[in-house]
Amino acid sequence: MSEPSTRFETRLGRVRGLGAGGGTHHWWMQRLGSLALVPLSVWLVVSLVTLPAMDYEVAQMWLAQPMTAILMLLFVNVSLWHTLQGLQVVIEDYVHQTSSKITALVTLRFGVWFLMAIATFSILKLAFTV
Amino acid sequence: MSPPTTPQRPLSPHLMIYRKQLTSMLSISHRISGVVLSGGMLIVVALLYALVAGPEVWQRVTGWLAMPLGQGFLIAWSLAFFWHFYTGLRHLFWDAGYGFELKNVYASGYATVAAAVLTTALVWGIVYYV
Repeated sequence: MSEPSTRFETRLGRVRGLGAGGGTHHWWMQRLGSLALVPLSVWLVVSLVTLPAMDYEVAQMWLAQPMTAILMLLFVNVSLWHTLQGLQVVIEDYVHQTSSKITALVTLRFGVWFLMAIATFSILKLAFTV
Repeated sequence: MSPPTTPQRPLSPHLMIYRKQLTSMLSISHRISGVVLSGGMLIVVALLYALVAGPEVWQRVTGWLAMPLGQGFLIAWSLAFFWHFYTGLRHLFWDAGYGFELKNVYASGYATVAAAVLTTALVWGIVYYV
């Protein structure tokens, strides 16, 4: 009984085990992703707008540069992470049936992981071969 | 004793008869633009993969994006990008505790719309005319 509570929920609420669970952590991680995407987005837009052309060789040469590859790895993976966090909230808000909700959340997460793998592989392959 | 029944009360807010306001429209458009950008991440990953898959794949993807439909898609995507960027920035300021006065909420709301439209126009102006 003397255990100090560090969680914003009552004992009754904890026993019932209802609610989203881990919402504060999710909220904070979402803010961190958003914050990181502010400078990364500015970098991407300025870089793309100042590229002389969008043909194959120019794009390859641009992306193969070390700093471009590093920042692109960050941009794409943080963006996909942010996509996962955002769509997760949208699903939780609008899909109420438990089985559909879990199916949607799992499909989303697997899909995002797959996209992260494709993007990371592509950037690294280019950076190490061109 | 009969079991308690939940009275069928109307739920708030009544979305169908609720008067549209800048604040609520920006709130939902932030979410909608986020969902649009999530779909757009498929194109981002496809472009990165195309850079590794070879010039033919790159030609096919960028060729589609260069068509009127593709250009329309890109312009809509960029508007969603800047829209979500500025509305998201506004949310980050709120999360840090700034700008909650109703006067400031409206000022930042109008500024957000103006900034998103102007940045989109500026970027496409540079792409087409510079």
